Amino acid sequence: MTDTTSETVHSATDLLFEKFGDAIQADDREGYEGVIVSSDQLVDVAQSIRDDLGYNLLTNLSYVDYLADDFFEVVYHAYRVPAGGPPLTFRARTPRNEAILPSLTGVWPSADFQEREAWDLMGIRFAGHPNLKRILTWEGFEGHPMRKDWREPFYEEDNKPFKTRWPGGEVDRAEMRVPYGMNVQYPAGFTVDGYSPEGDAALYAGLAVPESASGIGVQQIKTDQLVVNLGPQHPSTHGVFRMTVTLDGETITRLEPVMGYLHRNHEQIGERNTYLMNMPYTDRLDYISSMANNMAYAITVEKMLGQEVPYRAELLRVLMVELTRIVNHYWAIGFLLNDLGAFFTPSLYAILERELVLDLFEATTGSRMMCNYMRFGGVAYDLPPYIGGPAVKPGDRARELDTLQFLNDLVFERLPRSLDELDRLLTTNEVIITRCKGVGVLPADVAIAYGATGPVLRASGVPYDLRRADPYSIYNDLDFDVAVRYNGDTYDRYLIRMDEVRQSLRILQQVVPMLKETAGEDYWAGKRPYNVRVPVGEHYGHHENPKGELGFHIVSDGTANPYRYHIRAPSFINITPLEEMCRGSKIADAIIILGSIDIVLGELDR
Amino acid sequence: MYGVGILKGLGITLKHFVDTYVDDFKWGIRRYTSDEGFTARQGLETEGLFTVQYPEEKIAVPERFRFVPFLVVNDQDHATEPDADWCTSCGICAKVCPPQCIWIIRSTDPDTGRPVPQPKDFFIDIDICMNCGFCAEFCPFDAIKMDHDYELSDYDRTSTHIYNHAKLAKPLSYWQMIAPSRAEQERLSREADEAAKAARKRK
Repeated sequence: MTDTTSETVHSATDLLFEKFGDAIQADDREGYEGVIVSSDQLVDVAQSIRDDLGYNLLTNLSYVDYLADDFFEVVYHAYRVPAGGPPLTFRARTPRNEAILPSLTGVWPSADFQEREAWDLMGIRFAGHPNLKRILTWEGFEGHPMRKDWREPFYEEDNKPFKTRWPGGEVDRAEMRVPYGMNVQYPAGFTVDGYSPEGDAALYAGLAVPESASGIGVQQIKTDQLVVNLGPQHPSTHGVFRMTVTLDGETITRLEPVMGYLHRNHEQIGERNTYLMNMPYTDRLDYISSMANNMAYAITVEKMLGQEVPYRAELLRVLMVELTRIVNHYWAIGFLLNDLGAFFTPSLYAILERELVLDLFEATTGSRMMCNYMRFGGVAYDLPPYIGGPAVKPGDRARELDTLQFLNDLVFERLPRSLDELDRLLTTNEVIITRCKGVGVLPADVAIAYGATGPVLRASGVPYDLRRADPYSIYNDLDFDVAVRYNGDTYDRYLIRMDEVRQSLRILQQVVPMLKETAGEDYWAGKRPYNVRVPVGEHYGHHENPKGELGFHIVSDGTANPYRYHIRAPSFINITPLEEMCRGSKIADAIIILGSIDIVLGELDR
Repeated sequence: MYGVGILKGLGITLKHFVDTYVDDFKWGIRRYTSDEGFTARQGLETEGLFTVQYPEEKIAVPERFRFVPFLVVNDQDHATEPDADWCTSCGICAKVCPPQCIWIIRSTDPDTGRPVPQPKDFFIDIDICMNCGFCAEFCPFDAIKMDHDYELSDYDRTSTHIYNHAKLAKPLSYWQMIAPSRAEQERLSREADEAAKAARKRK
């Protein structure tokens, strides 16, 4: 963070003090930043932040349970888009026993799902929210699991490491301990046989449109509205994602995404863990791009620690992250084609090069997808001398490919060639053009209002990329452009990914020669402790993930475990405008619109 | 003009199809029998089909590959202490394990009741293990390592998936076989450490 940019945040808060006086309070706790807004003026202040100060994109809404002080705090982070700079942090508090805050959905529609999440997991009501119901847990769930006094089934202890493991570690399986014991909470009057999913009936009833309103686009013909349930077990929803749509003929009039089928309360697991233990868990968020998740978490905690990273480690990180971005975009393009009905031929061509990249990941980190590569202060390993291993088991076939040669060939020849081939195969294909052009249009102002980031935002004509907007790592020294497309339709969301792969290749072509020069240098600074202690405070760290902005909001109380570990998942927030994009399109187009947003359920449901 | 893009696309599909056979003619049977042929098939030169005929042939995993830990013990023909544990039951692996799947019982001396640096038993619940490799990374004694055996399917998980010490212990020679260069590197650094320690003592 340079001085000029933090200056803009300060002058912005000064303006707020001037305008609202007592309603705004500076946050003077050590290690915290931003302002505390009194809850009765929250909407006015938010409006002013958006309109007067120009912080037009509400990126993150986090919520913290200060159990000892008996209040909940909701923390908002807003950006200036596309100007860039660090986020403006403002927060509001509400007492624990009667948690209610005004909803900001009227100011920023991007608060919609995030407020529902805060209600679901923390039990904070948002007055004025149009659809405040549970989003990640199921509708019959009892309690709010992110509260600090909530205990999960098979609860052992508040913090890892658990004391039973050593020195007297008699092994014990969690499921052998009272599976239906006191830890599991049910709503009053619940029986397994008597359960009927009322939430579904309410969901469908909410979507059904009264008869008089029917006939969108079709005049004079009496049409019926039909509620159709797409997913969760559906191959084209990219996992266990469910869309309930109201159809008029084939045209979508309403759409509501239903999610949480893969919810495992990642954030609560993260709060039980120590800081380092969370690193392999971040692999499981967006499992296509685990390296980028590692990077986002590492830079967040390093910022809190004040830890420096050696130059070679930065190079290795950028190498891995940009390779991940290429892999992810290839994957997204390939499976968009699957959604279009081109069954697996283009997607297999697209992910062919992925195998080679994963070979490099495997040789470097030990795993193809769950890389667990970054550490606080560097990376876990240097590049291996060669790719391949000794043949040991029967049937093993050994290979030996020199790593630097491999990287060189990959980055300068193989990947550009395959990109060109994909370009020839897809970009001018008539079927793709007719299916994608003008479908699922997301105008720039809507994209910003709904908090879209990453390729989805940039395809709508907003050149906003965190690598340039709030630079981190060594991206300032690297030469690349922020790709941007202007139509905001599915075709542009396809093209923007091709453009971004080209830009990533440009970065890689600069990084690979530098890796040769810095061979043998230190790749992990410091003492490499397994139990880092983070100073008291709070930080919101963000990273330009392939799918959008991945943010970690971490609150530390000075112990070995994070007090709060919140994730701003790009997939989760990028589908907030899904209904806006799908309304008026055909049902078959909804599938490709969803495909063009590029979601991964591992991070959407967390 | 309509159809040009589709024809171009079909041409690319045809090219991939033909490339597989071009490679086959170029290499002949060696593409499937020799190691060079395999490297070419699974490397950057390959143009056509990319597949490996699993389980008849398997890609040998790299040295750093990690899957379910094992405990290093001395070889059976070790001069003084055959089969002796390297593990001192210091508990760092159990403390650093993210899903907390490692359980160690520390031995105590029956006479004095003092702890002995040796595990009495050692359990890993491999259903819970997430293969992150932290235990091996942070072990100060090189006593726990990540295995390369990824074919662990079983008919019954409840009785077989908690590995005890007997199932986890593997000789040093096994580690030297699956990861030769890393084992050698570790040996050198251990020797350097010991030499440094001896030098300090002499002072």
